[in-house]
Amino acid sequence: MRNVLLNPSARQIIIAKATLFIVGLLPLARLVWLGVNDGLGANPIEFITHFTGTWTLVGLLTTLSITPLRKISGWNWLIRLRRMLGLFAFFYACLHFTTYIWLDQFFDMQMVVKDVIKRPFITVGFLAFVLLIPLALTSTNAMMKRLGGKKWQRLHRLIYAIAVLGVVHYWWLVKKDITQPLIYALVLAVLLGIRLVFKAQIRIPVVMPKHNPE
Amino acid sequence: MLIKKADVLKAADVTPYEIYLQRRDFLRAGSALAVSALLPGVAEATTRLSGIVSSPYSTSEEKTPYKDVTTYNNYYEFGTDKSDPAENAQGLRTRPWTISVEGAVKRPKVWDIDALLKAFPIEERIYRLRCVEGWSMVIPWEGFALANLIRQVEPTGSARYVEFTTLHDPAQMPGQRSSVLNWPYTEGLRLDEAMHPLTILAVGLYGQTLPNQNGAPVRLVVPWKYGFKSAKSIVRIRFVEQQPKTAWGRAAPSEYGFYSNVNPQVDHPRWSQARERRIGEFFKRKTEMFNGYGEQVAQLYQGMDLRKNF
Repeated sequence: MRNVLLNPSARQIIIAKATLFIVGLLPLARLVWLGVNDGLGANPIEFITHFTGTWTLVGLLTTLSITPLRKISGWNWLIRLRRMLGLFAFFYACLHFTTYIWLDQFFDMQMVVKDVIKRPFITVGFLAFVLLIPLALTSTNAMMKRLGGKKWQRLHRLIYAIAVLGVVHYWWLVKKDITQPLIYALVLAVLLGIRLVFKAQIRIPVVMPKHNPE
Repeated sequence: MLIKKADVLKAADVTPYEIYLQRRDFLRAGSALAVSALLPGVAEATTRLSGIVSSPYSTSEEKTPYKDVTTYNNYYEFGTDKSDPAENAQGLRTRPWTISVEGAVKRPKVWDIDALLKAFPIEERIYRLRCVEGWSMVIPWEGFALANLIRQVEPTGSARYVEFTTLHDPAQMPGQRSSVLNWPYTEGLRLDEAMHPLTILAVGLYGQTLPNQNGAPVRLVVPWKYGFKSAKSIVRIRFVEQQPKTAWGRAAPSEYGFYSNVNPQVDHPRWSQARERRIGEFFKRKTEMFNGYGEQVAQLYQGMDLRKNF
């Protein structure tokens, strides 16, 4: 019997993708359910803003967890879920941004521009959102081919900056209790730290031959 | 044939217009209480206040529903989420409770809360409340002018400020087990601000004694200042010569000044104060100078640079 986790069949991967698609929509479903059932609290717009922001961050961190998970577990097929995770992060970021522009500011563009320029936490949040757009646009196979693997990869390293900006955006927003942003920051630090460790390990064999006696 | 004469109504039979106007509030408050009674774990320990007189200082704006006033609270002693206080404050014991009025006064006094509740006529004050975070409510408080209490203790010449201290009891206030603020919570006013007729000690809202999450059994309400100036669950009122340190001032001195008057022209360093969202409304509204109480309080700050004294 083949090991499903190490080497799933094409069918099993399709099932995994379909499951992930449904799971990714659960937060939105919950938000709609709360909205219909008067569960958004006294300040619904603030609730929706925080909710969509939170799930954007979760989406970004989950996307960033694929590579470390894959390397540690050897489950290489996980990489095939990464695009959908990234697109879900973008999806919730779009909802978050729309909530701000539409529900919070009601298209008062003068106010929005002022906010983006004057409020550091909005500046970094806006920047993170803008940087996500090219990644979403180049997420298709066709775009990957057109750009070429190296170029594509270089572009998509922007995700590191985006995740950092996202966490900073949250950190600068809270009034005093930084417990929550701190948790996101720690998870992000671990996810980025692991990458540095992997990088160092890969370099070792390259360096090693130098010390071999000729 | 018997012809019945219609009953003649006496003047005393007619419901006064103000009371007639309050019929919806009565139903609303009643249904809110009925709903909360059905919620497990959220025991409403409030009781009805009687003999409330209305006040010319009240606004006629639409009141924020009881449910929102009592479930969307900033009260860090019970947690930093807006929903935390309603959940975590139910265990707060508000009897016995004393408030020590002390410091630079001729007649210091330790008040028992029940005596304090009977000491002065209780007025209804429907005030706007503007939170520094950019949202606002309209709340029907019950209370009395702080000036009444201040006159009784006779401040001495060296009393220039008044310091308010909230209960410090981590056993009852789970939020105090974390050092998110420097406990106990303290706030302060200049003596003339404290004496201003708009400044009240509130003991109730919507005709009931204060729910714990709103600062039971007694709290300050200063309607022209950001909400955090209005200290909750007060145990000490002290008259001092030097400007007292405030909880938020200690936590972030560049963000929360001593005065903290509502001022749409002076932004919080991290967000704008030009507009606010009234709870229950979709569109943001413009924030008013001194939260709309400028006519009454602007003279307190004549000649002061409010950008510096934020």
